[in-house]
Amino acid sequence: MHVDWTIYLTFLGVGLILLLPRESKTLIRWVALVTGVVALLVALKNYFNYNDWVNAQISAHGALQDGFVQLVNVSWIPALNVKYHLAVDGISYPLVVLNGFVCVTGILFSWNIETRVKEFFAFFLTLIAGVYGVFMAMDLFLLFVFYELAIIPKYFIIAIWGSTRKEYGAMKLVLYSFVGSALVFIGILATYFAAGGRSFDILELARHPIKPDVQVWVFPLIFVGFAVLAGMWPFHTWAPTGHVAAPTAASMLLAGVVMKLGSYGCLRGAMLLFPQGLEHWKWWIAVIAVIGIVYGAGVALVQKDFKFIIGYSSVSHMGFVLLGLATLNLIGMSGAVLQMFSHGIVASLLFAVVGRMVYDRTHTRQLDELGGLAKVIPFACVTFMIAGAASMGMPGFSGFVAEYQIFVGAFHMHPGLALGAALSIPLTVAYILNANDKVFMEKDQPAGGGHGQGHEESSDAHAALPPITLPERTAAIILMALLVIVGVYPSIMLNMIKANVQLFLKGAP
Amino acid sequence: MMPVPYFDVLRGLGAELILTLAAVVALTLDLVSARREEMTVRSRTVGTVAVVGLLAAIIPLWQQLGGPRTVLLGGTLAIDDLILFFKLVIVGLAVITVLISMDYDVGRHVGEYYAVLLFGAVGMMLLISAEELITIFVALELTSISLYILTAFHKGELRSQEAAVKYFMFGAISSAFLLFGLSYVFGVTGTTSLQAIRDAVKTTGGLAMSPLLATGLLFTIVGFGFKVAVVPFHLWAPDAYEGAPTPVTAYIATGSKVASFFVLLKVLFVGFAGLEGSAFWGNFNSGWTMLLAVTAALSMVLGNCAAIVQHNVKRLLAYSSIAHAGYIFIGLVAATRTGATSVLFYIIVYALTNLGAFGVVAALSSRAGGDEMRDFDGMAKRAPFLSLLMLIFVLSLAGIPPLGGFFGKFYLFASAVQRDAEHFGLLWLVVLGIFMSAVSLYYYLMLLKHVYVIDGKDQSPIVTPTYLNVALGLVALAVIALGVYPKPILELLNGFSYSLVAGWVH
Repeated sequence: MHVDWTIYLTFLGVGLILLLPRESKTLIRWVALVTGVVALLVALKNYFNYNDWVNAQISAHGALQDGFVQLVNVSWIPALNVKYHLAVDGISYPLVVLNGFVCVTGILFSWNIETRVKEFFAFFLTLIAGVYGVFMAMDLFLLFVFYELAIIPKYFIIAIWGSTRKEYGAMKLVLYSFVGSALVFIGILATYFAAGGRSFDILELARHPIKPDVQVWVFPLIFVGFAVLAGMWPFHTWAPTGHVAAPTAASMLLAGVVMKLGSYGCLRGAMLLFPQGLEHWKWWIAVIAVIGIVYGAGVALVQKDFKFIIGYSSVSHMGFVLLGLATLNLIGMSGAVLQMFSHGIVASLLFAVVGRMVYDRTHTRQLDELGGLAKVIPFACVTFMIAGAASMGMPGFSGFVAEYQIFVGAFHMHPGLALGAALSIPLTVAYILNANDKVFMEKDQPAGGGHGQGHEESSDAHAALPPITLPERTAAIILMALLVIVGVYPSIMLNMIKANVQLFLKGAP
Repeated sequence: MMPVPYFDVLRGLGAELILTLAAVVALTLDLVSARREEMTVRSRTVGTVAVVGLLAAIIPLWQQLGGPRTVLLGGTLAIDDLILFFKLVIVGLAVITVLISMDYDVGRHVGEYYAVLLFGAVGMMLLISAEELITIFVALELTSISLYILTAFHKGELRSQEAAVKYFMFGAISSAFLLFGLSYVFGVTGTTSLQAIRDAVKTTGGLAMSPLLATGLLFTIVGFGFKVAVVPFHLWAPDAYEGAPTPVTAYIATGSKVASFFVLLKVLFVGFAGLEGSAFWGNFNSGWTMLLAVTAALSMVLGNCAAIVQHNVKRLLAYSSIAHAGYIFIGLVAATRTGATSVLFYIIVYALTNLGAFGVVAALSSRAGGDEMRDFDGMAKRAPFLSLLMLIFVLSLAGIPPLGGFFGKFYLFASAVQRDAEHFGLLWLVVLGIFMSAVSLYYYLMLLKHVYVIDGKDQSPIVTPTYLNVALGLVALAVIALGVYPKPILELLNGFSYSLVAGWVH
């Protein structure tokens, strides 16, 4: 079973869930969980094989010889030369693994959902299957099919199971995504015919350069179309409202993997196929990314709603990904890919704390109404601090490895970019600590003054909250462990990323 | 005067004959015996006769498949694989329509209802066969008049009567336009056969040289524009769709659309080949592609924007079908063989999807007490299976992969970009279409929001007959299959469309 089975297994899970009676909620949860775990195991098993293979190639030849592990490549719609072509490389593989982890932990964090369980997990797994597909698709048409497949379930998950202005948030998110994919759609059609109407295959298109004057206008179409979903400023406004409206698992998915669909699409669909277009627009992308980084962090600082803080922090962190991609050097781009993985885990964890651990217990997310939760649910506090530290870029966590490389790459491109992006570091520290202070520490502390000052009286408003459950604990520990593992031993992921980024920079697909 | 080879005609039109006979049997049976039965039994008995007749009509069609192209009655009617295939499609659509009707209260005149429905199918099948202007007109009238009558079948309801009158008035005017246009074409070319018109057009020196021909072309397109309901000739559609009994709406939106688009394709691609002009950006040239491009753009914009503010499901689907007619026109504007194939593919997908959607609406609205959007609140809990089907059909209309609607739309747009791919001459129309699809997602999701998100006051489960669930489920499977694996049907159509546009330049 190679890694493409993650897609089929997940769809199988959807089918099974649809066949189960809607009353047997526990069974449905378990079917979903088993599906997620099996898919993750399939992905992981092959991941380590692949990693060994990459390391062997590097030590033997000094570089990667063949960029992709081909999975399937068959003709699908001959009338348009569409192929069902799946493959993975060092850039997409970490994201496949990320999706597996977010899926499993998302299911664990959704264990308490009681209404319409069957539909929830059916939509959830459909989304997951679509995301797996996007990360493996090597045919633009196929990529687009999986991409769209992932959009629609989001609407229902948010609109049915969400909270605050859920219908508005869901519709806004879907329409933004869909307008983005309309741009991509136009771009794909133009690419196909500009390349002579021979193939939608990404590798084949990359081998046949497209005329520069076409590249210059098609590149921004595809790039911006995907970047909408990556939360690129100024098209990010769907992200905070969507995240806030979404139920926990959906926020995790949105910030954890769906935003990565966007940045991955930018890299695979736009940057690879249009080198000249990229050259023409890279300064714009870099500058916009820096604006997004600083803007997102700044806005996060002044939010009153706990979830909005995390929502804007996602915008800020995804800005790092775009900045890293725009640097077009090995260190910056590798950092960007690693940042996709790292932020996926960090954001999932933060949203799990906000949505599941705090909101589901206290039923409020207003910073003013919260406070003193460290006493009542200490586990949530610890989780938040670890995720927050990773988010700030504390050494020892994956976020540090990723953002450090992006800073170095950006500095190579232009020192001003790195300096501009660095403005976000104090802002990030401030909003994380501010949130920690307001939510987990006692209310009568003077604001802004660190944490853990040792007040003994417990908050009366939240004294009787239910304890953190086993599924929550398990999922949080899995995610935290990942942050530390990748932070301490980054080459587990970075070697394969670097090998493929190197190939990319050499101009080979 | 050549002697008419009656035997060949009988053999060639076997399916139409069987349907006519079945209609007469349905009428008589209702008159003679079924009238004494209870209403539902009566509807089911006569409906079964209609279904049996339709299924029997498949046999002669099936037998003729694979044979050589033949023409009947001096070239007025043609039979080849493409035509037979589309006649089968019509039969399939009619079968589902009858099944939906059997579950629906169509009033006291059950026998007449099914008989007229079958006559309509005969009209559509003749329309698909027709290759000559007068036959086209007669077949179109047979279809249209059947549909006018069917629209008025909600005897007690004022809006049904209003819809029928409106539909009839607009239809009559459009027929007048069409006939007027066709008469000019005949006047200039001296023939009514499509193939002969194509040859004659070449000698006239094109539209610039012959204002009469230009007038004829314009009026013909206006006439067809009414029939397929594109802006600005769409005004009848929302009222007719809303007022007609829902199975009839399904029939108007699918069967008659398929037949009309098919014959329009034939008239334009065969008869008016050489008069296509150009609709390339910055290089407009008078001809039918230019006219069609403008109507396509208007239909997509107006249809989608007007659909946003609708509260009635059938009205919403009516505006959506106006928008879809706009998308289909993009394939016609491409004026290539790929364009023809994409149009043929899309009308099949579109017909199946809409038939399914209206079928679900018919089954649910008659039990929920209305066809306003709010009547569908909480339907996902009351009728989970039909709601799932609704989800599939509506998302297919919105063009979400992996459903048929997505690939159909993609292929339409691709065929338009392919024409003049060097300069992206038709990209403007495609860009408009793609953005209007994004707009359309909004109102499709609003509809699904009522079904899936909002909780209804009434929570009682809705039970629908199994045969209907199975039939609609099969339609949904077909919609999915056309999206996931369109290859076989595309190859089939591609092979066929070659015969349609044989000798066509692009």
